[in-house]
Amino acid sequence: MDLKTEQKINDDLLRPLRHPSGWFYLLVAVLGTSLLMGVGSWLYQMSNGLVVAGLRWPVFWAVYITNFVFWIGISHAGKLISAILLLVNATWRRPVTRCAEVITVFALMIGALFPIIHLGRPWLFFWLIPYPSERQIWPNLRSPLAWDFFAISTYLTGSTLFLLLPIIPDCALMRDQMTGWRRRIYGVLALGWQGTTKQWHRLEAAMQVMAIAIVPVAVSVHTIVSFDFSMSPVPMWHSTVFGPYFVAGAIFSGIAALIVAMAVLRKALHLEEYLHPVHFQNLGKLLLLMSLLWGYFTFAERLTTWYGNAPAEMAVFWETQTGSYAPLFWTMVFCNFVIPFPILAIKRLRTITGCVIASSTIVAGMWLERFLIVVPSLARKNLPYTWSYYRPQPVEIMITIATFAAMVLLYTLFSKAVPIISIWELKVGGHAQPLLTAEEEEEQRALWRVRP
Amino acid sequence: MTHRWGMAVDLDRCTGCEACVTACRTENNIRIAGPEQSAKGRSIAWIRVERYYEGEFPDVRVKFRPVMCQHCDAAPCEPVCPTYASHHTEEGLNAQVYNRCIGTRYCANACPYNVRFFNFGNPVWDRPLELSLNPDVSVREVGVVEKCTFCVQRITAVKDQAKAENREVKDGEIKPACVQSCPTSALVFGDLNDPENEVSRLSRSSRGTKLLGDLGTLPKVTYLQKVL
Repeated sequence: MDLKTEQKINDDLLRPLRHPSGWFYLLVAVLGTSLLMGVGSWLYQMSNGLVVAGLRWPVFWAVYITNFVFWIGISHAGKLISAILLLVNATWRRPVTRCAEVITVFALMIGALFPIIHLGRPWLFFWLIPYPSERQIWPNLRSPLAWDFFAISTYLTGSTLFLLLPIIPDCALMRDQMTGWRRRIYGVLALGWQGTTKQWHRLEAAMQVMAIAIVPVAVSVHTIVSFDFSMSPVPMWHSTVFGPYFVAGAIFSGIAALIVAMAVLRKALHLEEYLHPVHFQNLGKLLLLMSLLWGYFTFAERLTTWYGNAPAEMAVFWETQTGSYAPLFWTMVFCNFVIPFPILAIKRLRTITGCVIASSTIVAGMWLERFLIVVPSLARKNLPYTWSYYRPQPVEIMITIATFAAMVLLYTLFSKAVPIISIWELKVGGHAQPLLTAEEEEEQRALWRVRP
Repeated sequence: MTHRWGMAVDLDRCTGCEACVTACRTENNIRIAGPEQSAKGRSIAWIRVERYYEGEFPDVRVKFRPVMCQHCDAAPCEPVCPTYASHHTEEGLNAQVYNRCIGTRYCANACPYNVRFFNFGNPVWDRPLELSLNPDVSVREVGVVEKCTFCVQRITAVKDQAKAENREVKDGEIKPACVQSCPTSALVFGDLNDPENEVSRLSRSSRGTKLLGDLGTLPKVTYLQKVL
């Protein structure tokens, strides 16, 4: 690769860091306000108790736990994709990995907040942590909630390292390219990177180790999240399929979130020359696979429950299939399978726009899936006398909105601090070739009526 | 000899009068939710009388079933608590340590009987009702889970009395509030470790069943009912 192209990569990818536009400040203001409203809602909930939420006897878990499972699921986008693609040496991954890994770290941070937000006494959350207490009391290690703590903190540590390692050479580049206070900050973050052969070897070895280590951790994290449910003798929770079902769903929603994020970045930061239709094509194929896998798991779970015909389980089953949760259930099936499947399966439709449409419905559908796992079972437990229902209240809705705002805000701020596409990896690998000819691309655009 | 507290509930004697519910509320300082919060599912009842209807109108039979904590020997609520707030005592009681509870409500979800309750807000008593609070029972604050204790304060008091008098606890000497107030003596409480006790005798009855016994929770409450 000649020097001129390298210069162009530097210019293109460092441009968003140098000149934030007015839109950036507006976006940060809007998102920051939403976030503050969410924080206010939480403080309001803390001072009044969970009486302000829609929770009731016996539906003790609802939207907060839904958000917890949802965000931990979204976090599976990054790590798993970038680790697996690194291990199989798929060169097209290079512009994608960092966008994906950032999602992981931020989604985990947000998801990990929800078990604390939902506590009756959140100020005592540290009792979940095995710290040397003066009363020598440890957390109950038989509790899946204690497993959650270990799983999520391991995953957060690992994925943060996996994100930060490949940022080091880029920080060194920014240190050399920029001036003033930026130069000083990136100088510290570059950790003395000089680009010697020894340093490169060490970085590559460390990334390989992290990529191998992060895959089993990622799988175990969402399995343990599923154990929060499947360890209880609650109808339709107490299921052996939950571990793989949750992991598949997590990767499914994660890839969908990644595609949406990439499409937004491509437009907002003018990265059309780096994020090609081929990336969306390939991720779209992965998404298609996960959609099929999700449909298979849902079918298997429902069929075995129906065939088994256990009275307690059937109460939950019919409540979701034809009862008061049926509208949500069938919306979920449409969002996760009926709409995305044809879009992703037919090559002509699997364009950037097509992938974004499919991914958006999948993100919504997977949130619904988490909700439908948590709530109907609790509202239809074994004794019919205790059957109940659940309606979310403004505080819960506001906190939920605020976490989405927090995700976008963190992502926006990160993309202004660090190039969202790894510059050095791009230079190593060069550009992925566009998959389609110019005419084919034109034809696809016409199909979705998108102006070039 | 260690005790193993248990209860027998004779459904053929229960008239559904709910005296047990009222007595329990008074004895155990159970908060008053008020009509509005009750409608939102925030009321607490350590013991409740479930009503089930059989047949079509006008040929209807109503069945009552008082349901309180079953003090399971294999309680699903115990292992899931991350802070040991829900734990098993040496005498087989399923105890809840309010001070240790951080309000994950996991125990309440895991309990198949839905006999665990959550304090959604801070408790309030309209004056002068706060004067009726029982000094032997702690008032639970916001954010913790609570449930039937088999009136552990009465168990302790009788045990202390017996120890002071250097004798064993007599059968029927301990009466939880619900047992004491039952006009038809449908509820019987006692030590299951003594096979001669009335509660042990009733628990062995051919009319006896365990509520949701097939879940393997090993409840220490036995329901007596003639199956027609």
